[in-house]
Amino acid sequence: MKLLLDATLCQGYGVCQEKAPAQIELDDFGYAAVLATEVPADGEAAAAAAVAACPNRALRLEPQR
Amino acid sequence: MTQIHSLMTGPAPLLGKNPERRETRDDYWRAGGYRDLSPDVLFNRVKAAGLRGRGGAGFPAAAKVRAVRASGSVPVVVANGAEGEPGSAKDRWLMRARPHLVLDGMLRAVDMTRAACCYLYVADDEAADSMSRALAEREPVVPARIVRPEHTYVAGEETAVVRRINGGPALPTAKPPRPFEAGVDGAPTLVANVETLARIALLAAHPQIPDSLLLTVSGRGLEPELVEAPVGTSVQALAYRADRLDTPGVLMGGLFGGILDPRRLVTALEPAALDAVGSALGCGAVHFLARGECPVALAADGLVWLAGESSRQCGVCVSGTTALARTMASVAAGTAVPDDLARLGRWSQSLRRRGACGLLDAAANLAASVLRSFGPLVEAHLDGGCTRCTADRTPDADRFRVEPPTVRTTSHPVSAPR
Repeated sequence: MKLLLDATLCQGYGVCQEKAPAQIELDDFGYAAVLATEVPADGEAAAAAAVAACPNRALRLEPQR
Repeated sequence: MTQIHSLMTGPAPLLGKNPERRETRDDYWRAGGYRDLSPDVLFNRVKAAGLRGRGGAGFPAAAKVRAVRASGSVPVVVANGAEGEPGSAKDRWLMRARPHLVLDGMLRAVDMTRAACCYLYVADDEAADSMSRALAEREPVVPARIVRPEHTYVAGEETAVVRRINGGPALPTAKPPRPFEAGVDGAPTLVANVETLARIALLAAHPQIPDSLLLTVSGRGLEPELVEAPVGTSVQALAYRADRLDTPGVLMGGLFGGILDPRRLVTALEPAALDAVGSALGCGAVHFLARGECPVALAADGLVWLAGESSRQCGVCVSGTTALARTMASVAAGTAVPDDLARLGRWSQSLRRRGACGLLDAAANLAASVLRSFGPLVEAHLDGGCTRCTADRTPDADRFRVEPPTVRTTSHPVSAPR
């Protein structure tokens, strides 16, 4: 799966980083940065939790094309 | 006033024979334009020529055409003449002076992609008038419409183009999807820069046309120049022409290619060579610093410009461009501390590929180029500042702006459309 962030929607709540610390970091300004778009199989549950946790629906998981 | 100059050894195919006068349909026909050619033959020429987009990103044109065609649904073609880079005037000149070359290229892109309709996306009034007259002089077989965005830095970004044509504001959207997947009205959309399209039209007329670039050369105290040069011309050749061989730095590719180290002046104007030194051709705008000007002040002005042109949609872009601009300004003013340089270094890497469009990448790249190529000079700013910067410390983001050369229009009325 791919973890995609719409930067126009990210408001810097930071909850995604708590759910998926291996895939998301917060920058100096508090906005989410996806570390690697490709999500390893053992990271999918955490990524899905991050997607679900975003109050602004800035994140999404998409199957590989 | 912006001048016109050719560095070609033979004829200048993009400038044409009379670059100071608007070319009519009949002039263009006499020059060999608008002749029938199978779109498959042309596609193979475009592919063999290795044509890359001339709007900024430099994506291979044939791959773009193929991607749009492969999707299965009926595509849309957009000729992108937004030219948001302040230091670039070549697209506006092309549409004002050679509208039929652009139109011919666009109609050939329609043929190659089997598109059902096309759009001319033009911010500049005079260019829009010229293109509109060209459409009246040679009516296309598919519907063609002119769409007029505001003249802003981001309006020409391809997702902003699509959003504006779809009735929204000319602001970028998050990718994916890219326009070749889902663009105007959801259709696969080819967004091609007008110079790229002009080049396609030239390839249709002459398979062996020499590969050339339109460049906009500027700098404080210089008369700006629109230059046609062979691909692979060195930056040094432009510096020689501009009498700036002693330049302390060159802002490359509009605001996208960072500031080139003067020790790299021999670099060829060609995507791979520029990429190898961390620079970029971008839209072909080249801004030479004069001796006595400081690259740090130039970077600070560039960052102020970019921060002001952020469309303020992405939080990271608002914060990132503002922080980069403020910090670079403090380096120029001699008030920065060592931690500021560490922050600039970190941001110049971590803010790449973060925004919906490339504006934040341009800002990060500009900061990175200064730290990479002018490290000792930047460090020296910490100890009480820089005499060159303090002598020149009215922030001047307008310094990049270049107007197109004057183009005369024939006085006799336009004949009825054929």
